[in-house]
Amino acid sequence: MGSAALTQAWVLTIVLFAIGLAGLLARRNLVFMLMSVEIMLNAAGLAFITAGARWAQADGQVMFILILTLAASEVAVGLALILHLFSASSSVDADSARALRD
Amino acid sequence: MIGLFYLSGAVAVIATVLVVTRSNAVHALLYLIVSLLAVALVFYALGAPFAAALEVIIYAGAIMVLFVFVVMMLNLGHEAAGQERRWLHPSVWIGPALLSALLAAELLYLMASGGMHAAPLVASTSGRSAAALGTSSSTATAQPPIEPKQVGLALYGPYLLAVELGSMLLLAGLVGAYHLGRELPERHIGAGR
Repeated sequence: MGSAALTQAWVLTIVLFAIGLAGLLARRNLVFMLMSVEIMLNAAGLAFITAGARWAQADGQVMFILILTLAASEVAVGLALILHLFSASSSVDADSARALRD
Repeated sequence: MIGLFYLSGAVAVIATVLVVTRSNAVHALLYLIVSLLAVALVFYALGAPFAAALEVIIYAGAIMVLFVFVVMMLNLGHEAAGQERRWLHPSVWIGPALLSALLAAELLYLMASGGMHAAPLVASTSGRSAAALGTSSSTATAQPPIEPKQVGLALYGPYLLAVELGSMLLLAGLVGAYHLGRELPERHIGAGR
């Protein structure tokens, strides 16, 4: 891969991250918000892989594996929270979690 | 290889846009799986075959299966899809879309104005990376892919503590998901007040 392709990989990373950010801000359904967070984490992993290819080091892939670990545990806890909220208020609207106490 | 990169990158962007604009959760999930597979191909084109395999197995395989099962358990149906469609009014998403596009344009401008090449390199690796840059600009496939063996040696060598921390994080996630996901006894809520 030439350095021009690596620059375009950066562009892809930025575009994917921006799409994920827009989705996170625009959606109100918690499942879609979690999906957008996944997109953003995936873009961050792509940034690490691109950096690893740029400097020809294995560290980028190591950081990607750590991001994968973080994403897996984050999804497990997040989906459990969504199920909990759904069983409590029968809605996955983020606004229905305004009053967490009651 | 370069065509593979462009094609899979375009598929990734289109599929990701479709993910954040769908009103049906299952459709969005399927597009998200397509997007993750496309990103795995990008990883492969960037010379990271081990990361590409992990992306397919763990992200598109395990994590997305978790999502699919939870969406099926929620059983949202047509009513929720209609509500999502009402929420996706242009007045709702135009603000976040503009802000995110501005942020992306800012990052792209920084990169185009030499931000990446002006990035400070570590002194010990500057010569090697400059040499790698020189060879990579002359030939298309100068850098060999980073093999899984190198990744494993780095993972269990200098990053051993990070691996241990990752296993503790996974254990915490497991315990947290189990605690939150069990059946909620009604009297427990009443007793908590």
